Amino acid sequence: MLNDIFIKPFVDMFSAPDFLLQVLWEGLVSGILYALIALGFVLIFRSSRIFNFAQGIMVVFAALTLVGLHAMGVPAWICVLLTLAVMFGLAVTIERVVLRPLVGQPDIILFMATIGITLFLIGLGEIIFGGENKVMITEELGIPTDSVVLEPWGGLLILEQKDITAVIVAALLVVALLAFLNKTRMGRAIRALGDDHQAALSVGISLQQIWVLVWFIAGIIALVTGIAWGARAGVSFALEVIAYKALPVLMLGGLESITGAIVGGLMIGMLEKLFEIYWGQPLLGGNTETWFAFVLALIVLLFRPQGLFGERIIERV
Amino acid sequence: MMDGTEQTHWTKDERQAAVKDSEGYVTADGRQIGGVLMELRNITLRFGGVVAIKDISFDIREGEIRAIIGPNGAGKSSMLNIISGFYTPSEGELWYKGSKRPPMKPYEVARMGVARTFQNIALFEGMSVLDNVMTGRLTHMKAGIASQALWWGKARDEEIANREVVEKVIDFLEIQSIRKTPVGRLPYGLKKRVELARALAAEPSILLLDEPMAGMNVEEKEDMSRFILDVNDEFGTTICLIEHDMGVVMDLSDRVVVMDYGKKIGDGPPDEVRQNQDVIDAYLGVAH
Repeated sequence: MLNDIFIKPFVDMFSAPDFLLQVLWEGLVSGILYALIALGFVLIFRSSRIFNFAQGIMVVFAALTLVGLHAMGVPAWICVLLTLAVMFGLAVTIERVVLRPLVGQPDIILFMATIGITLFLIGLGEIIFGGENKVMITEELGIPTDSVVLEPWGGLLILEQKDITAVIVAALLVVALLAFLNKTRMGRAIRALGDDHQAALSVGISLQQIWVLVWFIAGIIALVTGIAWGARAGVSFALEVIAYKALPVLMLGGLESITGAIVGGLMIGMLEKLFEIYWGQPLLGGNTETWFAFVLALIVLLFRPQGLFGERIIERV
Repeated sequence: MMDGTEQTHWTKDERQAAVKDSEGYVTADGRQIGGVLMELRNITLRFGGVVAIKDISFDIREGEIRAIIGPNGAGKSSMLNIISGFYTPSEGELWYKGSKRPPMKPYEVARMGVARTFQNIALFEGMSVLDNVMTGRLTHMKAGIASQALWWGKARDEEIANREVVEKVIDFLEIQSIRKTPVGRLPYGLKKRVELARALAAEPSILLLDEPMAGMNVEEKEDMSRFILDVNDEFGTTICLIEHDMGVVMDLSDRVVVMDYGKKIGDGPPDEVRQNQDVIDAYLGVAH
């Protein structure tokens, strides 16, 4: 038994390093997507202290809109632009209808409001696009669907090109976002607003403008995530479940930290895959991916309640 | 126009003449003060049944250091909040640069050139000193969002130009050594200075300071007083400040508004205010 837990998995890893790489790659790809969703959470949380429960459904909604528009005969790239427009409209509507009347209310009220948004978007999505599974328009968007076959150490490593594309696009998105937040006026305003509303107002930052902007950026992130995940697993409301994976990512990475969201996402993606293949399937009958991330987050919380990268709160007494 | 250099005490008539004079007046230390920059007319502020400010009028002139003083709960901070747009007065008018100002949100007021600091420091704790001061330049940056997203063209030039102003302010307030430090780690006195820097970076027409010396030790107070005077002297910034410490106020300011229980009980140069019986009663208490 102990042998199966502590020795055999590692022996397996080293005797077939190509397979280990394959597992890590698969983990990396899902990890990137967890990270993207977590990024959407972090962005909104930092600028408004709202824990946006609706981030997951925004992913589904964006993907559904994209596929739905294409089904109406709109060319693929125009669909992307139109979907972006829809996400912008959504940001404006949420700010007007939900956030503005609730300014200054306790955090929990705003959190409840985002649950309301979630349920509303589920209903709206089903009315407009129907509830059945759809296929992501991967080829129409020009995303290559072939595989790259590598042979490290004489083994076999298969990388799907759409996964490679997803990783590259996600990486570019993150870099662009970091540059935007750290280097530009708007980015500075977003960070400022997260720190102190009053002070932000006093230097001429408009709460409303920034909130629309932030929700729109979260919408863009949702669309990218939706395309990437949809290409792997199809577009359906089941996609929302992956959004819950962002919760343990946030617990690991902390709600405040962009780096944390990324590292947390990658860690969870890879660790859960490793655990599934080397421990889960042989010892526990598989399907550990559904719960592994949450258990891991729980263990981290026991030792570092602020997350691995979260800001430690030191209270002066 | 009177010769202010020898004028240490103004009579009531002289003061009124000076205030009426749209050309301004000359201060005790010989500085020329300009015309009316902001005028508050019959301002009343109510919170439900509580009257925080009752029918107060005064003006702020270009280039002067105007102080609002009064005991705790006199309504000083409320007054500052009205000027900076955080509160909307229940009654009364606010005139700015010769035209009546409609009710505005704080960020709109900020964009019109009114910068402020807060009594309980409101800084962006997670950001560096430099970034904090940079936010003060937000009202001066106009580049479109696309340009910003790409960090190209106008946004880039703007960032560099604004950076120069910010460096000048940082230099002026002697906080070069902590430029990169996150604000959350700074001691209280320095935070106050960073807040002043942020407000100053906006190159405001009016700089509002809410108790800039509160909670400071003597040395820090002296530093802050020096900075306030230097700012006024160097940039000609109009300053309106609230202060508790009578001694500090009397040394710093050109004209003083005294408030008590939401009412104005005195207005004029420090020396005159000091001798006002109502003011003495308000500060020392009076037998009822």
